Amino acid sequence: MLEMQGIYKTYLPGTVNETRLFCNLFLKVPKGQFVSVVGSNGSGKTSLLNIICGQTRPDSGWVMLYGQDISKEKEHRRYARVGRVYQNPAMGTCGGMTLLENISLADNKGHGYGLTPGTVKARIPYYKSLLARLHLGLEDKLYMRAEALSGGQRQAMALLMATMTPISFLILDEHTAALDPKTAEVIMKLTNELVREKQLATLMVTHNLRHAAAYGDRLLMFDAGKIVQDIQGGEKAALKAEDVFALFTRLGAGYGG
Amino acid sequence: MNMVIGVLEQGFIYALLAMGVLITYRILDFPDLTVDSSFPLGAAISAVLTLNGTPPALTLPIALLAGGAAGLITGLIHVKCGVRDLLSGIITMTALYSVNLRVAGRANLPIYAGDTLFLNEWTRGFPPWLAPYSKLIIILFIVALVKIILDLFLKTKAGYLLRAVGDNPSVVAALNKDGGYVKIQGLMIANAFCALAGAVMCQHQRFFDISMGTGTLVTGLASVIIGLNMFSKLPRLKNTLAVIAGSILYKACVSAALSLGLAPTDLRLITAALFLVILILGKTRVRKVKPHA
Repeated sequence: MLEMQGIYKTYLPGTVNETRLFCNLFLKVPKGQFVSVVGSNGSGKTSLLNIICGQTRPDSGWVMLYGQDISKEKEHRRYARVGRVYQNPAMGTCGGMTLLENISLADNKGHGYGLTPGTVKARIPYYKSLLARLHLGLEDKLYMRAEALSGGQRQAMALLMATMTPISFLILDEHTAALDPKTAEVIMKLTNELVREKQLATLMVTHNLRHAAAYGDRLLMFDAGKIVQDIQGGEKAALKAEDVFALFTRLGAGYGG
Repeated sequence: MNMVIGVLEQGFIYALLAMGVLITYRILDFPDLTVDSSFPLGAAISAVLTLNGTPPALTLPIALLAGGAAGLITGLIHVKCGVRDLLSGIITMTALYSVNLRVAGRANLPIYAGDTLFLNEWTRGFPPWLAPYSKLIIILFIVALVKIILDLFLKTKAGYLLRAVGDNPSVVAALNKDGGYVKIQGLMIANAFCALAGAVMCQHQRFFDISMGTGTLVTGLASVIIGLNMFSKLPRLKNTLAVIAGSILYKACVSAALSLGLAPTDLRLITAALFLVILILGKTRVRKVKPHA
């Protein structure tokens, strides 16, 4: 599924601020696996996601999706099979467009954006049913602009749009970090439902150790560009938030929780 | 009465330009200075072709295509060469100044002699009571056509994508689409409209002048900002109609200032001063996605 081999990345090479982040990083995520990624700031979590999505070029190494090398592909090409939800809820939707327009755009992903009507009227009941599943009352707000939504509603929309069309890999970049605790729970539950239902291989970067422990089949802990913990299977299932926290403190990462 | 008709004629011609600026400024969030040269480009082409015996109406689609090419150049400079948006427009604008002189052959090219879009066999056949409005009717027809086409386009999938790329480029990337191409498309459409406005203007005033492009962007922006601020609150009013109304209102303001005793040479000063007033009164809201934290 996703395979990263021999990834090297050094920021600001040749300067006093030179930071060597990844040194021969290797990561393999099999089909349908839900992976939580934790680590302190600067440990390389976001760089990892950016390398997968093509926003950051590694100095060397390969990124393979389905056994196909995508290291040279441009960012937008990679999103053909990858969905991404950002920390900032505003990143996943167009604020000035209505929910219906946003969802119509997402529904058409993978097809041409030509001169046919932007919204297919016959699809509206289907969109409503999708929105109703979010339990946020969005199905009655089809003609509202996305910018008028709350952070949680907008993130739910972003999640829906990212997973609407068939993708095989989902990237969640601290997607609950900007939400209040209650909304974060709602979005996290929703995420889990979607990931399981569509059997998406998922990389979820999070600062919420409880989420990292409670959700997913596997937990990766990053420290200074290295994977220092890789817990899966029964061990992961038995993992509690306190255990993750203990691992963190042992790193001396000084994690605030 | 003549003054009102004059304002309406001018206002509707500049409304074509305003619809172009609506695309770049409002939809794409791209400060496109190319319009200062694509407007006279359309005029130059229309003037030269008319003198060469091309039917005046046929010069309009040709001007439209030329404007699209101007937008394409700005788009390529910005997207492919990675030059900043404002500078890309300035480069094309500067280069086109010479191109416009080449096209027209000189800085001022009158077309008084022959028929024009507004003065031909067909318009001479208008009954006397309708004759004073003949220009206005023709302009209105063109504006309505462009408005309807633009409205329809913005409702298509391509139109949705165009709106999305100005609103939030990361959504377009997530849709597996190259936002750069969409931007280029938008710039082409916008400059095509501007060149069309220039061509119609040239037919209306019956001459091309190299300096007629100066301040085009300011006029277009003023129309868009007045239109959106004053009329977009009205329910169910499309942005295209709002900027057409804005264009007419703006031309009326300029015309009023002139009739208050200011000299025609003060025109650009009035244009700029009015624009400043509009900006201050309007305090245009900036809507942009905050960069990823």
